[in-house]
Amino acid sequence: MDTLATLQAYWWLLIAVLGAALVFLLFVQGGQSMLYCKSTDAERQLMVNSLGRKWEFTYTTLVVFGGAFFAAFPLFYSTSFGGAYWLWMLILLSFVIQAFSYEFRRRKGNIYGTRFYDFLLLCNGFFGCTLLGVAVGVFFFGGDFIVTKTNLLDVSAPVISLWAPTHGLEAIACWKNLLLGITVFFLARTMGALYFINNIGGDGGFTARMRRKTLVNGLIFAVLFVAFTVVLLCTAGLRENEAGVFVKEPNIYLHNLLGMWWCAVIFLLGVVAVLAGIFGSAFSKTWRGGIWVAGFGVAAVIVVLFCIAGYGHTAYMPSNLDPQSSLSISNSSSSLFTLKVMSWVSVLVPFVLAYIWIVWRKMNSAPLTEEELEKDSHVY
Amino acid sequence: MNELLGVVDWSRAQFALTAMYHWLFVPLTIGLSLIVAIMESLYVRTGDIRWKGITKFWMTLFGINFACGVATGIILEFEFGTNWSNYSWFVGDIFGAPLAIEGLLAFFMEATFVAVMFFGWNKVSKKFHLASTWLTALGVTLSALWILVANAWMQYPAGCDFDPAQMRNVMTDFAAVALSPVAINKFFHTVFSGWVLGAVFVVGVSSWLLLKKRNTEAARKSVTVASWVGLIGILATLYTGHGSAVQVSRHQPMKLAAMEGLYRGSCGQDLVAVGILKPAAQRTDKDPMLFSIDIPRGLSFLANSDFDSYVPGIDDLIEGRTITPQNDTVYGLSYSDKMALGASVRSALADYDAARHSGDTAAMNAAADSIQKNFRYFGYGYLSSPEAAVPNVDLTFYSFHIMVTAGGYLMLLFVVMLFVCTRKPAILTNKWLCWFGIVSIAVVWICSQAGWIVAEVGRQPWVIQDLMPTTSAISGIREGSVQTTFWIFAVLFTGLLIAEISIMLRYISGASKTDIEQPKK
Repeated sequence: MDTLATLQAYWWLLIAVLGAALVFLLFVQGGQSMLYCKSTDAERQLMVNSLGRKWEFTYTTLVVFGGAFFAAFPLFYSTSFGGAYWLWMLILLSFVIQAFSYEFRRRKGNIYGTRFYDFLLLCNGFFGCTLLGVAVGVFFFGGDFIVTKTNLLDVSAPVISLWAPTHGLEAIACWKNLLLGITVFFLARTMGALYFINNIGGDGGFTARMRRKTLVNGLIFAVLFVAFTVVLLCTAGLRENEAGVFVKEPNIYLHNLLGMWWCAVIFLLGVVAVLAGIFGSAFSKTWRGGIWVAGFGVAAVIVVLFCIAGYGHTAYMPSNLDPQSSLSISNSSSSLFTLKVMSWVSVLVPFVLAYIWIVWRKMNSAPLTEEELEKDSHVY
Repeated sequence: MNELLGVVDWSRAQFALTAMYHWLFVPLTIGLSLIVAIMESLYVRTGDIRWKGITKFWMTLFGINFACGVATGIILEFEFGTNWSNYSWFVGDIFGAPLAIEGLLAFFMEATFVAVMFFGWNKVSKKFHLASTWLTALGVTLSALWILVANAWMQYPAGCDFDPAQMRNVMTDFAAVALSPVAINKFFHTVFSGWVLGAVFVVGVSSWLLLKKRNTEAARKSVTVASWVGLIGILATLYTGHGSAVQVSRHQPMKLAAMEGLYRGSCGQDLVAVGILKPAAQRTDKDPMLFSIDIPRGLSFLANSDFDSYVPGIDDLIEGRTITPQNDTVYGLSYSDKMALGASVRSALADYDAARHSGDTAAMNAAADSIQKNFRYFGYGYLSSPEAAVPNVDLTFYSFHIMVTAGGYLMLLFVVMLFVCTRKPAILTNKWLCWFGIVSIAVVWICSQAGWIVAEVGRQPWVIQDLMPTTSAISGIREGSVQTTFWIFAVLFTGLLIAEISIMLRYISGASKTDIEQPKK
């Protein structure tokens, strides 16, 4: 592999890791979707404040995920965001309403009342997860777009990436994308319940209920995930041949999974870890570490899904209208120079992870309790 | 074509709406984060518990505002893709990198340490907490750095080459992008102006507390700290403002001409201190002003640090006219010439593409040479007429003069407040002085918004100076879609702003003496 191809693969891996971190951190959205599931006011207060100390990580990871795509694969940024306009706008809206809801919900003078802000958190919990899942679904099941770079020379119609007139609504209506979206939603709920078990102390009744929620949501997630995996592995995709032509290949993701044996191994390990986290937490009365075991598994599975979507000259965003417009990591990436610069910057990632880890440990040394909230001057 | 222009205008409006709302919150975050860090440092250093209460009071206001800045900020990043997709491809190789670095280096720092700031008082040591507060302020400032590097590159595209095979610009020199004089100047000018805005906010709110005789001790201390920060900030803003004018003069002379409503320039050009433009239809080369008070040769000095230098006007630039120090008129490339050269580059690019597909290397090289030779005029090839390269003169002119006048007013505010705090503290509760502080809150926000209008309206029609006009940066979406999202954002942000102001007012008016001046240890 030449340097450019190596850096393209490296950046795709970094994006996979960011995507994995994002999906793990969606436990915040999953937790928000459970705020009104038979919770008392005191419990809801604990749940909101527990999640409220983490929501910025999810938000920031989403922003960095977008920024990394822009820097490393600008043709994706241009084509997907400009084309699937409504899909991305709805995702953005669902996250915008989250950003101020925590801070505003209990403040005097917030005009719209606590329930309104909690409703916004619920909306973010459902739509944020589901629509992000739909957006990732397009990586496998394709989008209705055409890329013609020479359009830039036409003064009256210079746009190079053109999408179907539905602009992303068709992606939301696609049952395969929706299947992934709903799968992500139930995964987030499962992770949210695991997070509450880990982070909220006090009354054992609440924790017991969260263990039951972990089981119920985990089982629904498992069924949906199996269905998605079957659909994915039976799906045809596009692979770029040596002449640079995209050719249709049945079961391409199954072939990629088997062709890259390490992906298959990590995938299986990930699935086992997720199941261990779910069932371990559901059937234990004392274990609080399920979020970390399941979180490792989620991250592993997501990284593998990105790898089989983009590696092996696979089109990671196939065009359903014109196969030759499809995007691969080689035809949509930044230049060698930019990828090199960005790779040097990425050396700082371990440093960033280190300080996040240190702060997380310090701030979560003990589970959150009602007593702590009473003493705290900054409460959501 | 009409549909295209409709999409362009609505996309402009949506981006402007988002940016202006975002810019209501961000400078306050920049300024308040520094002031809060200074106040907490005083608490840790002196052990005076009152400083802790004061720090927490301003920190809460910071938090309310911070959430709004985060909410509006995410949309801006993604709008480069959703509404300016051609732009995202044409320069994504250069523009994307600062955005990614911003996220990695700045946003994670903010997100991590802001949580310690708010929730860590009883969980970490005093020094760790103080370090977190300073790191939050650093993160806020770093996030401004990288987005301003990206913005400066749009106004002065450096460190790049055009790749005809990919039909995009590619980065060739990261240092030239990150450390361009325009970027450095823009960063410091913006951050210092954020200090000023944060300082005025603290002075204004403290003035209200003094007027109402609530928490007067805390208010006095706050005014003193904020006035020092504000005075340093406004002096540094003034200095970097001059630097900005010099850079605009070099790289965006049309913007400078619009800022001054100057149609026909001269050597030793006067600066309009106060003025009213004639209605557009009545303007002439010789006298576009209905009324003005000028500073003799001021514009020449502002633009070039030389009282006798030549500053071109709008018509001079369109016609390519320059006046030498010997008062001779010399003609260079007019905008019509540049439009023809831009069209020739487009044609050469089509030739290059055809040659590449037919495998004709010689023709490819010839076309590439032709592209390289005149690429700096590429964007002019998209203009419909030379006049299309002129920004909205009225908006740019008035915004610039409002910004400068308001800046002078704010300098007076800080000088007066510092004088009173250090020499005549007894009159700090004077009714008129308090109102001076309170009214200044509105003035500083008007000043701040006017500054961005100058920067962004003044550079139109270019999304990338001389290389890409806004009309060709667009996404292939329908006008109705952008109209719909525009109104959704307008309603959402307005509702958000109303709630934020209401919460802040309730918090400020409801803060008891126990909360601020006698907090728990």
